[in-house]
Amino acid sequence: MKKFILKRLGYALLSLFLLSLTIFFFVRVTGDPTTLLVEPGASRADIDALRQQLGLDRPVWVQYGSFLANVVRGDFGRSFYYRTPVLELYLSRLPNSLLLAVAAMTFSLVIGIPSGILAAVRLGGVWDRAGKIFALLGLSMPQFWVGLLLILFFSVYLGWLPSSGSGTPLHVIMPAFALGWYFAAAHMRLTRSSMLEVLGSEYVKLARLKGLPEALVIAKHAFKNALIPVLTLAGINLVLMINVAVIVETVFAWPGVGRLLYEGIAFRDFPVVQANIILGGAMIIVVNLLVDVLYAWIDPRIRLGR
Amino acid sequence: MTNGRAATLTLPWRLPRLNLRGWPLIPICILIAMALIAIFAEFLTPYNPEIGALGDRFRPPAWVAGGSDKHLLGTDHLGRDVLSRLIFGTRVSMIVGFMAVIFAGVVGTVLGILSGYLGGWVDQVIMRITDSWLALPGLTFAIFLAAIVGPSVSNIVIILALVFWTRYARVVRGEVLSLRERDYVRLAVVAGCSKWTIMRKHILPNVVNSAIVLATLQLGVVIVTEASLSFLGVGVPPPQPAWGLMLADGKKGLMAGYWWLTVFPGTCIALLVLSANLIGDWLRVKFDPQLRQL
Repeated sequence: MKKFILKRLGYALLSLFLLSLTIFFFVRVTGDPTTLLVEPGASRADIDALRQQLGLDRPVWVQYGSFLANVVRGDFGRSFYYRTPVLELYLSRLPNSLLLAVAAMTFSLVIGIPSGILAAVRLGGVWDRAGKIFALLGLSMPQFWVGLLLILFFSVYLGWLPSSGSGTPLHVIMPAFALGWYFAAAHMRLTRSSMLEVLGSEYVKLARLKGLPEALVIAKHAFKNALIPVLTLAGINLVLMINVAVIVETVFAWPGVGRLLYEGIAFRDFPVVQANIILGGAMIIVVNLLVDVLYAWIDPRIRLGR
Repeated sequence: MTNGRAATLTLPWRLPRLNLRGWPLIPICILIAMALIAIFAEFLTPYNPEIGALGDRFRPPAWVAGGSDKHLLGTDHLGRDVLSRLIFGTRVSMIVGFMAVIFAGVVGTVLGILSGYLGGWVDQVIMRITDSWLALPGLTFAIFLAAIVGPSVSNIVIILALVFWTRYARVVRGEVLSLRERDYVRLAVVAGCSKWTIMRKHILPNVVNSAIVLATLQLGVVIVTEASLSFLGVGVPPPQPAWGLMLADGKKGLMAGYWWLTVFPGTCIALLVLSANLIGDWLRVKFDPQLRQL
């Protein structure tokens, strides 16, 4: 187990290293990074000072070293627009993103799991077909368009829900729906296939042979086991939601990290954009690592298999 | 009727009959129609999509009170004809979508074959890069790259290809690992074929199917990503007519109830993506019954 964790940890660190290298590479290779990192309209002297600070006259590897050292220390520079350290700014927005992600996740699980089970139990039935259409639409309609339609319907025509901003529970409903539909579709599909697999297994057959009522077989034996992969995916998706919410947060002016990324682009605030990408990537790598380790802990075949 | 059928059966030759049963005809028709619209955009549009008449701002669609036959689907905040912009937007989406998918597919397939067949350090390098790039959500990575290089259609194609090749590399490598152990590949090695020949003649034809299935499924994702980038202002630069850009413009009139600026472009995106997804799902089942989802 220890060996397995160390190996996975090594891979994760390598991924992080390559990620930082990728980002450094793209920022440097596409031209003079000072044009990205300096404020629009900065004076010649400012540009030269930044050049000095970044050490652009030094060899590339030395530059990368100092970039990496700063990132590891959590120093992502200062935001041009807000005039505060980028990390502080990011962390102040993170709770909002988390709130939205949790709301969207709740919605996606509440819709996805029951409909997935219904579809699997009544294969080919009305629920199965309705679920398929629901999933297909969720996977095909761009999230921001769903968001815009919701605003049009519930804010402009009906006037029931606020179209943007945050603060009250009412503000969360529409963004959570727009963000969660896609994931609800994914969770539904996985619940359905996982449930089908479990329903065909030996222990479910045994439970039926014992004469247990079908409802009990499904609820007690099949459901619990079918849920494991779905919850794993949900864990990964929660982190993913924080990082792909940029477009939904922009539509609803939700003050999370995604909106911060959008502001970073709109105000040409490059340190903010860069930090957002690095932190988002790091978050996802860490979660993947945790899931791998958790799986190996639950299922010895995985850690012994390699 | 029966005579006719009997006659065809007794003929010594038969036309190769295309069996369309089970084909997703509606999505295919939608895709073909959109491709034709994209190709013949100039002949279909009554107005220049980039120039509007400020006197005709926010005209509703023809069938709504206040609308006129001059602008079937209404006009936007600059008085530009929505229908004309949608038609030209089809071209932008199609070009960006197909080019990006093809570029990503070629790069990813080549790297996947190299990685899977050569193994060793080549495999390690390619797969570690793939892993770390896959850690970034496609949309966020694309936004980052677009923020660096600035908006233009060709930049978007390159960015999307850079972001999405990793999926192909993963899938293709997995296939190559099993193909490598097949008898015909081993026999080719014994027969003295070079690695290059084996990869080109014996491996590539067997992974093309998977790559095509993946490409079809990715087409939708790529088109949505392009629309998202344009919506955020780092995609196709204005005043070009792109659907994502139209939605961004439409958002300005949303609270005033100018619904046609939001509903029509989004419907176009959803139709195209839905068609691509349906065809992709069908191709996946058709090419590889083992991959069929239960």
